[in-house]
Amino acid sequence: MCTYLTVKADMEGSGKGAQGWFPVTDASVYVDHPVHAPFGHTVNVDFLNPALGAGARVAVELTEESARALAGALLAALDAAPPGLASASATPPPGH
Amino acid sequence: MYDATQAETVTIGGHGGDRIEAYLGRPLGPGPYGAVVVIHHLPGYDRETKEYVRRLADAGFLVLCPNLYSREAPGASPDDAAALVRAAGGVPDERLVGDVAGAAAYLREMTSSNGKVGVIGHCSGGRHAFLSACNLDLDAAVDCYGAFVTGTVPDDFPLAVTPVVDQAPKLSCPVLGMFGNDDRYPSPENVDELEAELTRLGKPHEFHRYDGAGHGFFGADRPNYRPEAAVDGWAKILDFFRRNLV
Repeated sequence: MCTYLTVKADMEGSGKGAQGWFPVTDASVYVDHPVHAPFGHTVNVDFLNPALGAGARVAVELTEESARALAGALLAALDAAPPGLASASATPPPGH
Repeated sequence: MYDATQAETVTIGGHGGDRIEAYLGRPLGPGPYGAVVVIHHLPGYDRETKEYVRRLADAGFLVLCPNLYSREAPGASPDDAAALVRAAGGVPDERLVGDVAGAAAYLREMTSSNGKVGVIGHCSGGRHAFLSACNLDLDAAVDCYGAFVTGTVPDDFPLAVTPVVDQAPKLSCPVLGMFGNDDRYPSPENVDELEAELTRLGKPHEFHRYDGAGHGFFGADRPNYRPEAAVDGWAKILDFFRRNLV
């Protein structure tokens, strides 16, 4: 099926796409047909910078199990680090 | 028999007169040939869709597939363009109809055209094909497992996708429907609803439903590919177009 449903989140960080590194401003998460992964449906995650065009995109297509494992791994890594260490507020922007 | 074909990217006038990219396939004989607009699926103006264009051209039709994502992502790879358009909420129905109208006009103006134009789409393109046939003067429409022609769109779907079966009284041409009985969108019940409505309205239609096939069974590069259904389905599509467009 084409679920059409897309969950979006604002992002601060960087990603490495086909043209090299770029600032990531948005993420899209959706369950739909993959382009490449050999499954009927996958959890697709796009890290994007729409201001830089459609090619500013890092894409992954994961099985449900993989996506849940990734979500758990992200939380586990954060839990293992000092609280706030990777927070945007921990590193003042340039000029401050 | 002379069987040369040609396929290439062209620029056509789309909705609102916008210049958009399109992929044209055509037999090189003098014609006259019937024509088909291919509407690509949500994943975009991709290699598989272009293969459909070439296959239909080889079967003796003038074929044109507009890149529905030309405006948002000119020159982008199909998957990047699809991701961008998806994130932005998809293609508005009115613009889709305008782009298909532009493609149909381009085909009718070709010197080897016989003036007849059909439309075909898979997945989201199936709904788009039905929508086009309700809003444009066409000669044949093929809906391959289009979701949300009938049925109920879940409340949490953010896209402005609405069922279009209420437009069925405006259908301008016969409809061929191809469905997999294991599909959920559209489900067999959704297909029943559409078939009953077209019967009630006296609209010519021909539905084929395949056991052991689900959504996307024509997609030869995907795990849902079902060769028996796809081979039989292609034969029925070509027969339908030959009966209505030649």
